[in-house]
Amino acid sequence: MDKRLERILPRVQKPARYTGGEYNQIIKDKTQVDLRLAFCFPDTYEIGMSNLGMSILYHTMNSLDFVWCERVFAPWGDMYEEMKKASLPLYALESGDALSEFDSLAFSIGYEMAYTTVLDMLDMAGIPLRSADRPNLLPLIWAGGTAAVNAEPMAPFLDLFVVGEGEEVDNEVLTLLREAKLGGWSKREFLVKAAQIQGVYVPSLYEVSYRGDGRIAAVTPKDGAPARVTKRIIQDLDAVPYPTKPIVPSTEVVHDRVSLELFRGCVRGCRFCQAGHVYRPIRAKKPETLIAQGIEALKNTGYQDITLLSLSTSDYRPLPQLCDGLLDYCEPRSIGLSLPSLRADNFSMELMEKLQKVRKSGLTFAVEGGSQRLRDAINKNVTEEDLLHTCQIAFAGGWNSVKLYYMLGLPTETDEDIVGIAEMANQVLHCWRTYAKNKNRGVKITISTSCFIPKPQSPFQWEAQISIEEYLRRVNLLRSSITAKNVTYNWHDAETSLVEAVLSKGDRRVADVIEEVWRRGGRLDAWSDYFSFERWMQAFASCGVDPAFYANTEIPLDAVLPWDHIDVGVRKAHLLHEREMAYASALSPDCRHQCAACGAAKLLKGGRCDG
Amino acid sequence: MDKLRLRFKKTGRAVYISHLDLMQTLQRGFFRAGYALKYSEGFNPHPLISIALPLSVGTASECELMDFRLKEDVDLAELPARLTAALPEGIEILEAYEFTRKAAELKWLRVRGVFEYDERDAASMCEALREFYARESIVITKKTKRGMGETDIRPAIREIVFSVEGRDVGLEAVISAQEPTLNPDLLPDALRQRQPEIAPDFAKFTRLETYDKEMELFR
Repeated sequence: MDKRLERILPRVQKPARYTGGEYNQIIKDKTQVDLRLAFCFPDTYEIGMSNLGMSILYHTMNSLDFVWCERVFAPWGDMYEEMKKASLPLYALESGDALSEFDSLAFSIGYEMAYTTVLDMLDMAGIPLRSADRPNLLPLIWAGGTAAVNAEPMAPFLDLFVVGEGEEVDNEVLTLLREAKLGGWSKREFLVKAAQIQGVYVPSLYEVSYRGDGRIAAVTPKDGAPARVTKRIIQDLDAVPYPTKPIVPSTEVVHDRVSLELFRGCVRGCRFCQAGHVYRPIRAKKPETLIAQGIEALKNTGYQDITLLSLSTSDYRPLPQLCDGLLDYCEPRSIGLSLPSLRADNFSMELMEKLQKVRKSGLTFAVEGGSQRLRDAINKNVTEEDLLHTCQIAFAGGWNSVKLYYMLGLPTETDEDIVGIAEMANQVLHCWRTYAKNKNRGVKITISTSCFIPKPQSPFQWEAQISIEEYLRRVNLLRSSITAKNVTYNWHDAETSLVEAVLSKGDRRVADVIEEVWRRGGRLDAWSDYFSFERWMQAFASCGVDPAFYANTEIPLDAVLPWDHIDVGVRKAHLLHEREMAYASALSPDCRHQCAACGAAKLLKGGRCDG
Repeated sequence: MDKLRLRFKKTGRAVYISHLDLMQTLQRGFFRAGYALKYSEGFNPHPLISIALPLSVGTASECELMDFRLKEDVDLAELPARLTAALPEGIEILEAYEFTRKAAELKWLRVRGVFEYDERDAASMCEALREFYARESIVITKKTKRGMGETDIRPAIREIVFSVEGRDVGLEAVISAQEPTLNPDLLPDALRQRQPEIAPDFAKFTRLETYDKEMELFR
């Protein structure tokens, strides 16, 4: 171990997250591989090690025998300060080697607030931030993850993005990079060739021009790069490798358990939801596959908990079969099975009763909108009856706390809808008074609101976000509408949401702001401990970028969107149709009732959309 | 099987695993190796394991002791290798056996330490350290359950020997493991408080051996 590191570690909080050496980590002989890859997660160890995508890709990339892929996370503030003081560069956990010894850095970017941390990690590695300032092929700096559905704000920093699911395309990029390294190609030569791989987006091969009104005039590809980059998907989820020997952290992380991914995509089509659109088409794994992989992973990790992952667990058709199969293994071994993202229906409640492991304390509902009209407008198919009926069963069964999540500022929202949130909480309270098994324990109803953020590649991508002042007005309206003392109201601040809206819908001009925020000390912006709204506002001002243009202004329907050249499968015409339906407060049936021909099925070769 | 004890090493990168995390890590190791730990009864069952003397983060050990119980009879001779293979880097099981003596009978610990001096001469530091620790009483201020308090650490040091090791000063000491517990980190802390000019720039320790109050090996 590095002497400097040895002296630092006893002084920082939770040093085990900075040492590597965990069970199931992959160690290779660095002299025997052609490429050393630093797989970087722009957030803390605890968050990154909880990320299933990170775990999957760590193993698929390491399955190439010419690559040694190692993990890198962002240090927490105390460690960051100590590393700066000791001039210790960012290092990879497996080998402890500085990132300067690596051929490539690959970032997994799942959320916009991680952007400043990407820059910070590059800087801690001693690597110039902008692609244009890195003339050599190596180190190649690339990224994937949900952020790639609108890569533009980060476009100047990265050499290459992969759009979509990485299991296959990442290895294709690495195979080409190896050829380039061994063949002595120039960076440009490599990038032009890489752009021919489906799912690869090379920002420097696209020229962006702007109109007088600030909107984009055109995005023009060069050197044979495709006009639109089509995202990659895995055709057969049963055949794709799943890490049954994941790394087991030696210190507590956020999700410290086996995660089984049931399916990708979502049949629901909530109009505010980016994930529900960009992960289509719907592809499910077979229960037999999942049971076998789950048991294997439990054996290899020693975890005492397993959880099912997907956007909506209840929509997995063979759920009963899967649960039975897993419980046969788990119950005799006291292993807990948990099922997040259940819908508010009878079946789910029976299932939860059956899984005695679920603590009878809290139920959480993402209701999103305060009236049926608004829920219809956002296509959130939850009715008040559903909710109250579920609460009735829950209260009768001994639950005594309910959390209700809403967004304020959804398109078409009126003051009546906001007052409706308080009314619904009263209904839930009434339901508890009528049906609770044991009233002595009392009840806790919590309402939480966040500020709606319009997201690219969703039907609300053209929408304006409400201003911070308007959000606060709505918060106060809701506060004054809540009368019952058993009802608690928490609201998220709108400042982070405004920044997130700008970063979500930004174009390449926003990159200057991200860099400026970083220069002013911004990093780990996803943490309220570190986020500074003032710093962002100062950076917007000094770069001459108006945040309201990106966040609070409706985009004309005929405008070229910064992310139009990224094709996630769902057609723009479908998104536009869904937007019209929203303004008519009309529901669209879910994919199982009627296929909306959203366009994502075109990505399937002979496979069948499980919608 | 009840009354089982493990003796194990915790070195290298594993020294940064905290006590609570180590308990979790060992539990998972047992599962992975296919050993079923015995659980407590009650509403929130937990495995019946306990580690004799919690080790501070950053200190290595070649003599950790953990008591545990298993649901079934197993071959204890093959347990160390099988369990070690299921544990992270740096944790090595030395032996597993049925114990007869309670952990409370453990009294003395042999520790090895390294005092690093960046700018100062190891030989003269070594001389000064010998003098310092030859005192009959070394009173320091340390945090206790009731705020800051004065303690004489000298009676908790049974023997201490310093030697020059290249640019560093090495030490080997026998210190009280419990009643009172002397955390070896207090050895350099005492210097910082009483004679800062000979306090090392960095110090690290390794536990070497466990003894009872008669200085017989404790197992």
